[in-house]
Amino acid sequence: MGIDNIIHGFHVAITPFNLMMAVVGISLGTIIGVLPGLGGANGVAILLPLTFRMPPTSAIILLTSLYWGALFGGAITSVLFNIPGEPWSVATTFDGYPLAKQGKGGQALTAAFSSSFVGALFATVLITFFAPVLAEVALKFGPPEFFAIQLLTFSSFVGLGGGNPLKSLVSIVLGFILAAVGLDIVTGQLRLTFGLTPLMTGFDFIVAVIGLFGIGEILLSVEEGLKFEGAKARINLRVVLDTWKQLGQYWRTFIRSCLIGFWMGFKPGGATPASFMSYSFAKRFSKHSERFGKGELEGVVAPETAAHAAGVAAMLPMLTLGIPGSPTAAVMFGGLIIWGLQPGPLLFKEQPDFVWGLIASMYTGNLIGVIMVLAFVPAFAAILRIPFAILTPFIVVICAVGSYAVHNNMIDIWYMILFGIVGYAFKKLDYPLAPLVLALVLGDMAENALRQSLIMSQGSPLIFFSRPISGVISAVAIFFFVLPAITALRRRRRRTPPQAIADPSGSSSLEVPK
Amino acid sequence: MRAADIVTASFLMVLGGVVLFDAIRLGFGWGTDGPKSGFFPFWLATILLTACGTITVQAVRRKSDKPFVSREQLGPVLKVLWPAAAMVLLIHFIGLYVASALYLGFYMRWAGRHSWISSVLVAVSVPLLTFLVFEKWFLVSLPKGPLEAWLGY
Repeated sequence: MGIDNIIHGFHVAITPFNLMMAVVGISLGTIIGVLPGLGGANGVAILLPLTFRMPPTSAIILLTSLYWGALFGGAITSVLFNIPGEPWSVATTFDGYPLAKQGKGGQALTAAFSSSFVGALFATVLITFFAPVLAEVALKFGPPEFFAIQLLTFSSFVGLGGGNPLKSLVSIVLGFILAAVGLDIVTGQLRLTFGLTPLMTGFDFIVAVIGLFGIGEILLSVEEGLKFEGAKARINLRVVLDTWKQLGQYWRTFIRSCLIGFWMGFKPGGATPASFMSYSFAKRFSKHSERFGKGELEGVVAPETAAHAAGVAAMLPMLTLGIPGSPTAAVMFGGLIIWGLQPGPLLFKEQPDFVWGLIASMYTGNLIGVIMVLAFVPAFAAILRIPFAILTPFIVVICAVGSYAVHNNMIDIWYMILFGIVGYAFKKLDYPLAPLVLALVLGDMAENALRQSLIMSQGSPLIFFSRPISGVISAVAIFFFVLPAITALRRRRRRTPPQAIADPSGSSSLEVPK
Repeated sequence: MRAADIVTASFLMVLGGVVLFDAIRLGFGWGTDGPKSGFFPFWLATILLTACGTITVQAVRRKSDKPFVSREQLGPVLKVLWPAAAMVLLIHFIGLYVASALYLGFYMRWAGRHSWISSVLVAVSVPLLTFLVFEKWFLVSLPKGPLEAWLGY
């Protein structure tokens, strides 16, 4: 049955128009991934209004291809410029940039792109087989189960996100509060508007994504004083083939990184910790761990494989449960709703063309992607040689256009500026932005699930624990919520100096510094 | 960072207080057919107040560290921020295309000290391209002003 479906999917994905969408998406995505201030999430958000009139399948292929392109683009800047275009490519700079400085930029990039492809392919194969099963299970879920899953989503930001757990909590709650502004669809009352008309429509998460990640990121990068001093890389067929020969010996790293990436990406929290974890594992198990950080090819392979596997895996909960695991998936989730589709388990039953076309396009998109980036690296790298005084206003203008086009509303551009300032301040103060965006997207759904559950139980919160599936999920969620408190208590009891404690999993202690 | 942490947390606490106020107005208990409108915001505000209160206490106890932003850093940030805000204000009057052309040209001359020719070239071509992609190709309408009206759009 799975095979039939995916073959059907390929029929949808391999039409000339949809292949063209994939090529356009990959090109734009790679450019977006290379540009500072534009990344997967806000790139997809800015282009979302352009897809309103497209058939949904072509639209999602365009947007997912954009996302794959952004993942590839992040690797280019990391290796050649030592600038991680995306947080999950920070680990790629550790060995990628030293390699580029030694004149082996071509090898590093080939390794990065090939590893990305392997990671993405692995995750896509797993999605092909697991997604229908998971959707089947999820069909039996009621409001308590869905609320429990949402609780789990947010608890993992608090428990596993690293940094100050209270700040993660504040981000989540702030997102939910912003989502609550406007009309309460259950009772028809206006909430948190205080009689102000502009507030009645509420805050759109697309605008929030563009502001927080786009404008906020630009402000951060000008503050750091942008200077692009790139290494040059030559890629030709011989370099590619030679590198591929070398990559074979890292098969253990590939398998390990794929698994780490898929596991971390499926859970919210995503690609960034996966890439760090994978890097530190590769270093730990390597025979030449002393070479890591000085230009070891394996140090490029590990994080890139994991980051891409995680990036693809983030699509799984969005498709099957209707709960996005990353800001980018959240924007696509918003797109699904705008195109008139209901994300969630029913999608597999009601829109098989869409779902299987999308899954098939993950294969074709990543294949097209790896070929395109290998062929056009110099062109993409040249983007960063555009003077800064052109790039900055250009990105601001693009962000403004994207914000306005969502609702044709001027106030949204002002919100974008406001969110930009908030994003800048929050980033500096270590408030994580991803949970805020997810909460803003899921706010209404989470609240409705909570209310319906409470109506089912006549107001008793015990309903989340008395049903078997939601009981287990809620218990895990609560464990994650209190995990930081437990570790803090144990730390205090042992009276060990804080810097001596290394997280055994390596996930939270290796949070991105930026 | 310490001062900025305290200011941000205090600001968020004020926000939490406002939300709490509205939640109480709406009612946060059990209505005739389920939780009232203020139920969810009430608990959100409670969590926000508690968390931000704790963050403030943590920050107050901590030793002072490096400043949130230095004077050298703030300069370039404001240099990006206020022209951007000015552009958004201009959009209200002259539309997005002309406003973004003025913004691009101004920023390139002022911050980048590019030549007049390249500034004008970029300032004209970017909005023109945006116009073609959005207005013509994808039929997404963007704010327009007197110039576009004069040209018949």
